[in-house]
Parts: sequence; C-alpha cells; structure tokens
Amino acid sequence: MTLHELTRGDFPILARVVNGHPLAYLDSAASSQKPRTVIEAMSQYYERSHANVHRSIHTLGEEATELYEAARDRVQRFIGAARREEVVFTRGTTDGLNLLADALCAGLAPGDEVLITEMEHHSNIVPWQLAARRQRLALRAVPITGPGLLDLDALDRLLTARTRVVAFTHVSNVLGTINPVADICARARRVGAVTVVDGAQAAPHLALDMSVLGCDFYVFSPHKMLGPTGIGVLWGRRERLLGLEPTRGGGEMIKEVWIEHAEWNDLPWRFEPGTPPIAEAVGLTAAVEYLEKLGMDRVAEHERALTRQALAGLTALPGVRVFGPPAGVERGAVVAFAVEGLHPHDVAALLDAEGIAVRAGHHCAMPLMRRLGVVGTSRASFSVFSTPAEVARLVRAVADVRAVLA
Amino acid sequence: MIATRGPYSEVIRERWRRPRFRRAPAGATLVAEDVNPLCGDRVRLMLRLDGGRVAEAGFVGDSCAICTASADVVAELVSGKPAAEARALEPADVLAVLQADIRPTRMRCVTLPLSVLAKALNGGGA
Repeated sequence: MTLHELTRGDFPILARVVNGHPLAYLDSAASSQKPRTVIEAMSQYYERSHANVHRSIHTLGEEATELYEAARDRVQRFIGAARREEVVFTRGTTDGLNLLADALCAGLAPGDEVLITEMEHHSNIVPWQLAARRQRLALRAVPITGPGLLDLDALDRLLTARTRVVAFTHVSNVLGTINPVADICARARRVGAVTVVDGAQAAPHLALDMSVLGCDFYVFSPHKMLGPTGIGVLWGRRERLLGLEPTRGGGEMIKEVWIEHAEWNDLPWRFEPGTPPIAEAVGLTAAVEYLEKLGMDRVAEHERALTRQALAGLTALPGVRVFGPPAGVERGAVVAFAVEGLHPHDVAALLDAEGIAVRAGHHCAMPLMRRLGVVGTSRASFSVFSTPAEVARLVRAVADVRAVLA
Repeated sequence: MIATRGPYSEVIRERWRRPRFRRAPAGATLVAEDVNPLCGDRVRLMLRLDGGRVAEAGFVGDSCAICTASADVVAELVSGKPAAEARALEPADVLAVLQADIRPTRMRCVTLPLSVLAKALNGGGA
C-alpha cells in the first residue's frame, strides 16, 4: 500500500468538493491538514479533561498537566533532544524566532553582527531587524548561488570575530533547498556564534535528530506537520537556554515573586509565561504519534517522489519556470514555479477554479523574490496525504492556465 | 480546459492582454505609486492636469490581471473628468465596467489603483 492510500481516509477535509472539483490540497507548506486522530484528541481533551495546567490541585488540573507535559516528552523523542527541559512550547515558529531574537540580542554590544541568509522567511528576518535596531547591531545576509543553494564561501567570508548569531532556515519555503545544517553550524562555532535554525519546513518532512544537527536552537510549527495551529516548539541546548534571560514575564515562569524582583522557574517553564496552548499540545502529541506510526523515512520518501514528479511535469511545460536547486539535488516538498506572462495570483485563482489549492505571492520571502527577479511565484507543496494523481492534475491545469490569460 | 468563470471576465482578460492606458503621459503633473502588501503588486498612476481637469491618465505596474484591468479602467474613467469628479470614483464604478465576480480576498486587487488615484490627486508621492 502506498502512503497516501494508507492516510487518505484519515483526513476528513479531503472529502470536500471545491468549485465543483474534488479538493487537491497542495498548500501544506503553509499549513497542512489534520488527521481525525488530532481533531478528536483535541475535542476529547475539551470534553473530558480541560483545566489550567500546573498548580491546579484537582483531578482535571492534574489530567491537563499530565497531557501537556506528555506532549513535551513526545516531542523530545521525536526530535532526538537530550532532555525534556530543552523543549519549550511557544505559539509558533515566528513566536520562537522573536523570543530568540529578543533574548539572544539583549546582551549584545553595538557593532556586534547577526548573520541571516537571503532565502529566509520574513519571520527569520524581521525579528532580527528589530533586535538589531534596538541594540545597534549589524545585520548581514549570506547570498544564494544561481541555482538556489546557500553560498558557503560567502558564509565563511561573512563570519567574523564579531558574529554573535547565525540564524538560517533548514529548508527553504520557496526553493525547497535543504541547507547543510551541521556544516553551517560547525563554521559558525569556529567564530563562537550561536546558531538558530528555522525548522518550519523541515520538521514535517525529515527525520530530525538534535544530537547530530549541531545547532544551538531549533524552532518549528506543529500546524505544518498535521498538528494544530497556536503552538510552536523551540528546542534549545540546555546550557544555551540556561544562559538566556527571559524576555517575557507572567505566571508559571517564576519560582518566587516580590514587588521589585522575581526568581525564575526552572527550564523549560522559565520561557512559558501564562496559560500555555494546552489543547494544542494534546493535538501535537496525536500528530507526532501519527507521523511516527507512518515512519518519517517513509514520509520523506513519499514526498520526495511527489516532488520529483511535480518538478519533471512542470519543467517539461513550455513557458513554465521552476525555481530551486537543479534536478538531482535533494530538496524539500515544495515546488515554486512561474508561468510566463501570468501573475502568480492569477495562476493560483485559475487553479482554485479547478479545486487545486496552491499558494501564490512572495511567500513571506520578499528579499528572495527580489534576488530571483520576480514579484512572486506560485507554489505547490506536499504532505503525507498528497497523491500522484493530484500532482498530475496540477501539471495538467498549469498547462491550461496559459490558454485562459496569456 | 479551465472554465473561465469567476473573476476572469471577458473585460478583465481583454484589458489584461491589451491595456489601453498602460503608458506614461508626457508632462504628467500628479504621480503616485503604491504596493499591495498581500501580493507585492505595484501600481503607478500618472495624471496630467489641465485647468482642473484630468487631461490624460496612464499607469504602469507589475500586477495581476484583476489589478491591471482595474488600473486600466480607472485611467479611462478619470480621463477628461474634473479632478473633483475623478476623486469621487468608487470601487462600484470600476466593478461595473469589469463585470466580474470578485471575491473579498481579491477586492484589494480592484481597489489598489483607486487608492493610488486618491494619493495622486492629493498631490502624489511615490
């Protein structure tokens, strides 16, 4: 049985008919759909066990706390983290990156340098801009080479004795490029820089192991990996997390509070002020269970095959330009393309008329769009439930859109 | 074959393929430009005013079919009109010409040229 035959029936939303056609949801890189087990785990939590977590000395409070903390254990195993206290729950990748930009840059001196890359999502650019402005830091970006790989020679030139942070994406949300995380982190470590990896496009598709990636921090969003919106994961190496001062205060992140000062709670709660996303943590557990049952290696192979099919099909169409690394180079489950003479939003709207959901526009990567010399692109992306038949429908429909507007 | 219903009316397709007012009028006195942050579409509207009337209008830009068609219609509708009348142009006037079924998510594609028009008539600015 192929993976999609195994999973297809588990996603209630895929039964929808859109504009008279069966839905072909090819926008999982923006947010994936959810299997029934995730949806049911969350409603069951609300129907049976909901209460606030920690400090509730009653049965429901204990159940909720147990479920919330169980999600942490599950994530710890899923990403190969050495300790459970290295897993901090945030509200999403963006939230995690903002937290890190605030906390890591707070102690830096004017003129210190933060290094990002040209292929970052706005979420891994703007938080560093804000921090750089506050602390008068220099923000620089590693360029990409023509075919969409990171220019590692340029990285070496840009790494200086003043580089304090190197923040980069594991997998590009536009190009699909898979960056060599361990290699980049090793180079950054030579100048003593802290490394932050945006794993939003990697966690849903690749088996992760924090013990070999070599970074200091890694952030991702469960809603792109079959889980709910509203929760994020921030993994940090224990000694790095211990070295960070919290930048957000509230309940739960403290041990004792006086009027003038407070003593911080232990890891990871030190970075989790306020009531956390409890139901979302329960949903996250179910999502991880679902993916683990399929096996991440099998998930990756399924999506690689779909990506290859889409690349081959779209590349063969006249007037269609496909972005990202050349054929043969391993890439994530996204294919961005442009149709000559057509605006990406029009392409997406015409595909939507056929029931095919793709993303179009700048994909929150305006600097990369400028580098590629386009206003935007259309982008198809795949998940465990995507099928070869859907990819074939996409390719046929893209071939047709030119007849309508071009 | 993709059905050509929805937002892509005959008028929009025709004006996207062959816009009538995609040009920079010589001696344009009022020029404004704006960007749709949703999609990065950019429209620049140029007006030559003569005795309180829009003597000539034109646009350039990098935008989708709907936005381009809307800019083309806006340039046509304001041409020859007194500035005060041009200022009163509303989305409904443009939609009446486009004859398309525009959903809320694409309404900004229709209204971007109108906000650029307002900016131009208020003295312009890039």
